Parts: sequence; C-alpha cells; structure tokens
Amino acid sequence: MPTTYIKAIHDAMFEEMKRDENVFVLGEDVGILGGAFKATEGFLQEFGPERVIDTPIAESLIVGAAIGAAVLGMRPIAEMQFADFISCAYDQIINMAGTLRYRHGGGAQVPIVIRGPSGAGVHGGLFHSQNPESYFLSVPGLKIVAPATAYDAKGLLKASIRDNDPVLFFEHKYLYRRIQEELPEEDYIVPLGQAALRREGSEMTFITYSAMVHPSLAAAERLEKEDGLSVEVIDLRSLRPLDWDAVFRSVRKTSKVVIIHEDRRTGGIGGEISARLSEECFESLDGPIMRVTSEDTHYAFSPPLEEFILPNVDKIVAKARTLAAY
Amino acid sequence: MENKEDRELYFYLKLTREFEDRVSKLHRQGKILGGVYSGRGQEAIVVGVCYGLRREDFIAPLHRDMGAFLVKGVDPNRLMAQLFGKKTGLSKGKDSFLHAGDLSRGVFGATSMLASTLPVAAGAALKFRMKKESHVAVAFFGEGASSRGDFHEALNFAGIHKLPVLFVCENNFYAYSTPQNMQMAVEDVAIRAEGYGFKGAVCSGNDLHAVMKTAHAAVERAREGEGPTLIECKTYRYHGHSEHDQPFYRPQNELIEWESRDPIQRFEIYLEKKGYNVDQMKADTEREVKAITDEAVRFAEESPWPEGKEAIEDLYANPF
Ligand SMILES: Cc1ncc(C[n+]2csc(CCOP(=O)(O)OP(=O)(O)O)c2C)c(N)n1
Repeated sequence: MPTTYIKAIHDAMFEEMKRDENVFVLGEDVGILGGAFKATEGFLQEFGPERVIDTPIAESLIVGAAIGAAVLGMRPIAEMQFADFISCAYDQIINMAGTLRYRHGGGAQVPIVIRGPSGAGVHGGLFHSQNPESYFLSVPGLKIVAPATAYDAKGLLKASIRDNDPVLFFEHKYLYRRIQEELPEEDYIVPLGQAALRREGSEMTFITYSAMVHPSLAAAERLEKEDGLSVEVIDLRSLRPLDWDAVFRSVRKTSKVVIIHEDRRTGGIGGEISARLSEECFESLDGPIMRVTSEDTHYAFSPPLEEFILPNVDKIVAKARTLAAY
Repeated sequence: MENKEDRELYFYLKLTREFEDRVSKLHRQGKILGGVYSGRGQEAIVVGVCYGLRREDFIAPLHRDMGAFLVKGVDPNRLMAQLFGKKTGLSKGKDSFLHAGDLSRGVFGATSMLASTLPVAAGAALKFRMKKESHVAVAFFGEGASSRGDFHEALNFAGIHKLPVLFVCENNFYAYSTPQNMQMAVEDVAIRAEGYGFKGAVCSGNDLHAVMKTAHAAVERAREGEGPTLIECKTYRYHGHSEHDQPFYRPQNELIEWESRDPIQRFEIYLEKKGYNVDQMKADTEREVKAITDEAVRFAEESPWPEGKEAIEDLYANPF
C-alpha cells in the first residue's frame, strides 16, 4: 500500500521511538489529538505520556527543554504546530542550539530535531504558509532538511533523529496527502547532505527542493516535449549541509541553471547558490543564473494573490525558455 | 419601556452569534477557505468588555473575537469580505479571518502568534499615558496563550508602569486539544497578576453582567491612572478548535452542561425577569441581525477578488 508523505513522517518517528528509548516527542497537541496534522497519531497509546509530551503553548520552552534533555543524552523531536511559529523559538534555536557545541569546545552536542510544517498553496495566509529556511540559513551549527518525496521524508527524518546536531526539518504541508509512494519494508535512511538527481538532462539544470521539485519536474517534461530541451533536475533535500559537488557537477555539464524555490527571493537560498556558482563554475556558464521564487511579499491569503506570489509550472517554463534563448 | 442598554447588549450578543454561525455555515459550504474559528458560547465576554468603550480605546481581539469587531463598530460588510479574502475586506484580501484591524475604530489586527498582541496593547497604553489621554487598551487572549513569554513580558511591563491596560483572558479550558491542567499548574490565570504587581479578577464569562461589572470597574481604574487589571472570564467554546476540528478530546457531557449556561439564554432570562416581552424582542432582534448578516454576505460574495499584482502592494509607506 502506498505511503503518504505525512504517514512517512509518522512512521519514521514511530520506528525510531521503538528502536531507541531516548527518542521522544514534544509539542502542542501531539498527544491525545495526535498532532494538528496527525503526525503523532497513536503515539500516546503506544509510548505513553512520558515520551509523548503535550506542552503548553510556548515554543521557546519546547525548544529549550528539548535542548536541555538532549545535552544529557536524550534525542527529542520537537514539533512546531506550524513552521511559522518557529519564530517564537528563534532565540533558543539560533543562540542556544546553534552555538552549543562550539562554545563547549566540541564537548557537548544537541541531537534535537525540530519539525515544522511549512509552505504555502493551501490558503493558509500570512502566518500558516511561511518557508522559514532563510531565517536560519546563515546560522552555523544548524542543519536544515526539506524533503520532496515520501521516501525522502522518512529516510531523512530517521537520519535527522540519529544525527548528533540540531536539525530543522521543514516538511511541506502541501505534500502531506497529495503525494504517496510504495516504501521499502526494511529500515533505511537517506543521509543528510546528499542531493538527488531526479531527472537527467544535458542542456539546463534546475536546482530545487521540497514542494517545488514537483512543478520543476513537470516543467522539465513540458520543455522536453514542446521545445526539445533536455533539463536535469536536482533535488537538494538538505540545504545545510548542501551537496555542492552534485550542483557543480550538473552545472558544469549543462552550462545553464535555474534555481527554483518557494521561499521568497530576497535573502532566499537561491541567492547563495547563485553566488557560489558564479565563483566556482563561471567558466562553464552559458547564460545568467536565473531564479523562480515566490515574490518578495507576504504569503497573502486571497486565491488570486497567492497564485500571483507562488512559483508554478508556467513560470518555470517561461524562465527556462528565456534562459534557453541565450 | 425598553432600556437602550439592554436592547443594545442583546443586539450585539445576537449579532455576534448570527455572524459566527453564518461564517461556520459558509465554511461548511466551501465558500470560505482557510481557517475559521468560532467563538460560539463565548459571546458575552467580547460584548461585555467592549460595550461602552470609546472609539479611541484600543482593543486587540483574537481568533474567536468577532464580536469585539462588531461592538467596536467595524463595518460588518468589510468584516465579512475580510473572511472571504475579497478586495473590500479589511486587509484587501491579504489575509483572511481576523488578521486585520481597523485603527479608525481602535481595533488592532493580530498575527497568529498567540499572545503577541499583549506587549502591543501595553505599548498602546503607554502612548495614552505619555500623551495624558484617559483611554485604555484591551488585549484578549486564551488561557493557552498565557503560557507564552509575551504574556509575562507584557504583564511585567504594564505592572511596572501602571499602564491603563486590561488583559482579558477567555478561559475556555482547552487550547486546541490541550486541557488547562496540561497548560498550567494553577487553577486561575488571574492569580498571576499578583506576581506583576497588580490585580487579577475572575468572573463568569457566560454571564454578561458579571463580565461588564468586572471589566467596567477595571476600565474606570485604568482611566484614573490606577494601572492594569488581568481579567479572567471562565467560559467554554461550543465548536471544535477550528471548523475542521472534531473535539473528540472533550467529554460530551461537558458541552451539554455548558450549553445549559448559554450566555444568550442567560441574558434572555434576565430580560424576562425585567418584564420585557422577550418573544417579541427576540423576533425583532433576530430579524435585524439576520438582515445585517445577509447584507454582509451579499456584499462579500459580490465584492471583487483582488488582482494578483496587489500581492506586492501595501508593504511600504513609500514603495520603491
Ligand atoms: C505561538 C503560537 N503557537 C501555536 C499556535 C497554534 N494555535 C492556534 S490557536 C491554539 C490554541 C489556543 O488556545 P487558547 O489560547 O486557549 O485560545 P482558544 O483557542 O482556546 O480560544 C494554538 C496552539 C499559535 N497560533 N501561536
């Protein structure tokens, strides 16, 4: 039976809690409700209230308490009900978790995972649609993961739970029930820091991640069919560490690149990738590095506004055509 | 002879319920996208606190506080259009539900970050203090939100400066699925005021007169420079956390019990005791609030959508 993206997240946590008694979950409504999106459904019955902790509405507390338990050997998974509310825990994440190992001279570690349902496209409005990765990208000491498939959601979450650094796990809520696939029966992980080649091509590279992998693949198909253009699609999966080798290899092969992400343009990771590419691959580039991103505005609610803001297949195809014409 | 206040209070209670019930229905019909949070059962709190406030008094309502907008005089048509995400809504479609205000009516728009309006209300009160204006600021929040740092930071500051601000806790005993005993180890949120150097008061949030008495005394004190009050109104939400939520985590008999203490029925009993012809009053008021709500829905439905490119408007005072 195919597994949905949200079920893959559920199963990853469930299996890890079975495997390692130091793993536990905490967050708002994760217990009897089973989480606002049902990521922890059945956990309370299986693991009891000691390991499935319904917290007060206090994100700073949720992350801070996770850090305290983690430095003493536990492996907490902290849920933000929506990724947007991670802002309320910002201090604990960037100053406390991010610097912890460093200021202990390597003598301490923070194996926590902070899960955040992120992303737009579901009429969530300003405060239930954000992609918060760029708020954290400049902070050393943190790892950032953003899966696009059910297979990766499960494998990356397991890898994150087993990782000894703080990991921000941004799952995209648009994908929760919209995508599903058959997953292996046996235990597996997807290592952090390795991109996936989703589609091979020779004339252009799309660099993308999370929900945008899907319209990027659809755009690549269309460009092949309608324009005879061969597009390679790379799914980053981890934003920090980022698989620069995979990115450079592809861009050196195709010479043209479009970066596609749902996060806003200014300050988004596309800018960083673009800068690195011009430093490292300038000789191979055969056109400007282009971006398709959300508009530099808030994730407005009204359907025509949201449509205007978000990237989609048409916008990606149009940008690729402009670049192909160079 | 009907007393004006009784009539108006009844009108606002009924308008709030009619408005919210209609919104719930529209949501079920798929006409309103996004999150919808009903305050059904809690109407007496917002009506009781806001009735009699001045236009300049600053209020910061929350996700269940439709009534606060209505009592403060926000145009019902624009409020409904806001929920539809239409161009004529308070935020011109930028966001839905109650993430928008109308400062011309002293209504501040909240973000989703619970309790984040409490420091802001303290700041509004600070302005009144600085300019020697006798207005007050009011921030509404749930018992769940009182767990956040912003709550404690705001109360501490308000206490230090004896600011003219009311912190109004609508304690409905559940924050989404989380019962009060998993939210705090004390029975009353109101006792926390003491730790910040001012008074807390507990009242029944289903008894309009109890709310009014408590709130108006606090408003008076605030206007006279005697500082903040933390008011806790005990109440219950009839619906799930949002219209998507089936509240299986609450015992069924609890809801039935609270419904028997319905704030509107309770007010009708009071009206009856005062000798009004309640049947007549009810029929008249229902006709009146239905007409207003019908008109608001018509206005919202017929209003245009914003155009896509308006998504990048209203970001800056001086756009670049
Ligand atoms: C900082 C923050 N964390 C989480 C949420 C998600 N959330 C929205 S409403 C809610 C429950 C609120 O409970 P309470 O404050 O008691 O108000 P009520 O909904 O019961 O009226 C939660 C957890 C949020 N909006 N803001």
